[in-house]
Amino acid sequence: MRPFVLATALVAFASPVFAGKAFVSNERGNTITVVNTETWEVETEFFGGNRPRGITVSPDGTKLYVCASDDNIVRVFDTTTYEELPSLPSGPDPELFIIEPSGERLYIANEDDNLVTVTNTNTRQVLAEVPVGVEPEGMGMSPDAKWVVNTSETTNMAHFISTEDYSIKHNVLVDQRPRYAQYTADGTRLYVSSEIGGTVTVMDIAEDGAPTVVGKLTFEVPGVLPEWLQPVGVKVTSDGSRVFVALGPANRVAVVDGETLEVLDYILVGQRVWQLDFTADEKYLISTNGNSNDITVIDVEKEEAIKSVQVGQQPWGVVTIKD
Amino acid sequence: MKFALTLLASVLFFVGASPAFAIDVRAAVLRVDYQTLLPLSRYDVRPDDLGFAGAALADQDNNTTGSFMGHNYETVQVSTTPDDADAALDAILADGIRLIVVLARAEDLLRLTDRAAEQGALVFNAQAPDMALRDTDCRAGLLHTSLSYGMKADAVAQFAIWKKWTDWLLVHGSNPADVAMADAFRNAANKFGARIVEEREFEDTGGSRRTDSGHVMVQKQLPVFMQGAKDHDAVIAADATNYFAGFLPYHLWTPRPVMGSGGLVPVNFHGAHEAYGATQFQTRFDELTRRYVRSEDFNVWLALRVVGEAVTRANTADPMGVLDYAMSDAFELAAFKGQKVTFRNWNGQIRQPVLLYDGMLTVSVSPQEGFLHQTSPLDTMGLDRPESNCTAFN
Repeated sequence: MRPFVLATALVAFASPVFAGKAFVSNERGNTITVVNTETWEVETEFFGGNRPRGITVSPDGTKLYVCASDDNIVRVFDTTTYEELPSLPSGPDPELFIIEPSGERLYIANEDDNLVTVTNTNTRQVLAEVPVGVEPEGMGMSPDAKWVVNTSETTNMAHFISTEDYSIKHNVLVDQRPRYAQYTADGTRLYVSSEIGGTVTVMDIAEDGAPTVVGKLTFEVPGVLPEWLQPVGVKVTSDGSRVFVALGPANRVAVVDGETLEVLDYILVGQRVWQLDFTADEKYLISTNGNSNDITVIDVEKEEAIKSVQVGQQPWGVVTIKD
Repeated sequence: MKFALTLLASVLFFVGASPAFAIDVRAAVLRVDYQTLLPLSRYDVRPDDLGFAGAALADQDNNTTGSFMGHNYETVQVSTTPDDADAALDAILADGIRLIVVLARAEDLLRLTDRAAEQGALVFNAQAPDMALRDTDCRAGLLHTSLSYGMKADAVAQFAIWKKWTDWLLVHGSNPADVAMADAFRNAANKFGARIVEEREFEDTGGSRRTDSGHVMVQKQLPVFMQGAKDHDAVIAADATNYFAGFLPYHLWTPRPVMGSGGLVPVNFHGAHEAYGATQFQTRFDELTRRYVRSEDFNVWLALRVVGEAVTRANTADPMGVLDYAMSDAFELAAFKGQKVTFRNWNGQIRQPVLLYDGMLTVSVSPQEGFLHQTSPLDTMGLDRPESNCTAFN
């Protein structure tokens, strides 16, 4: 542990510029890698629990939350000292989660139990368990925090859960193995990726939160077998103009026009790309590449990969903060 | 828990208010149990709930989805002897069930399928690997979720070629099933450019397989039997009846990798398979059944998930409706194998990757990289459209 602390201290002295950080969960390595998003150098790596997958931060950026799937808890770390704080109850096998803008409630997908668990991050108590389809994974939240969308991988639905009474109000069938749900910043649109179906379902969201399927993104890369075009992580620029879709074993991130829903380009990244996150200024997009044990940094404006950084074993998720 | 129940109630209420059609889906698993000798390893002893366990999990999975759609699934489990199989089928049909998963040998399966077809039922083959069922003996009302000998042999062949182990010593058993499997390996060698340098038949002389002295006899007999063979890179074992191949890897004369019925074995699924999100399937299965999954369980699960998919997407539990949907371009199913599984519309075989299993791990998954196909790389394994003589689906 000591060398890590020292390294951190050195980096802190060496970089007077206030740089942001990216936290990467390494599913096999059981660690979190911290990457400086200015220099793109690894600052440190620390124990993140057993089989860390979903990863996010509190809205104020001070706490890091990690789904420690094999520990059946959400582990909490200080984003500055990396010291572990008291854990949160998550229900069994937490995979992915989403935190509401107030930072109070965390909505957690329990992959093994067909449940979404709602946990209060202050009292560390479970507020509700919402039964959903088989193998819940993706968790999206509407910007007004009124809706949580969960995707169930074997039931193949997006379940719209009201955060008022924790009941499901809408179910939408999507293609096989839905992995991720992402609202646009204005809340009028939702993207749901289907890994095995090879598509992203596009829904328009009415003012009352009701979804209507308006289209489907499909992908095609010359020289890549269609079977390997497996959409997982999805991120949308805050103006809604660009949608980035991680394509798993196709080792590419698709760039999609948010207006026309046309695929504009495919950016070559590391192997088996799953999750994505923007830096706070939205200048860069980071992808986690599970089979090459690295992350790829994409320049959002130029829409090209600029760097890859070696992280821990089998990186799964990524979240960024500004310092 | 109380809270969860309340929530479930509200979910159900919502479904009541939704436009989904209520459908009760009733299916059956009919398993024909044969008199057989004990397997070589007690790990391979057939569990009482073989196949049925897959149905239980499929019902659970389908009902979870069904709770949002207003669909309810129930699968009846029937085990029978070969002599009573027809009567057992009649009872299932009399019960009004027209979706039937059968675990039986080819000749019984065919007879039962024809009998079921008279009543308009759809049958899924969750066990028989025989090529004829996908070829000249195919039936329009018979879909296959089990792997064929051809798919298994081709999966092994691709791996061997990828390893550049192109010279094979083929050792096969003397029972008809062993001979059929050996045929599939000859085909595979021909198809992918391997060379069978020599063939040997290890005769099944009967007798007790799993006695205290079993391994002692084997240790003396097998190396002698295997000596003096032409130079070869790998030993390919065709022992569908499971009486000697399990012993081959360490009882050869010339040390070589063994594949086929011993050593590296092609399977549809196994209890240690974790890639492609399969861990979740395994956890659910283990918890429900208190044992590890077998290929037969997976085949049954897959068949009932095909039904579930048709009910969910096409709103039909009618056998012909399910068949039409399954054979259509719209059908796709995630099956923890890294890519969607679909049906071959020329013979009703589900196309799916084959796991190469060493008894502990998924060592590799076929099709192997570089084996290309104009439609789907999965069609490099088993009977491709031009190879199959099946006309029932035309």
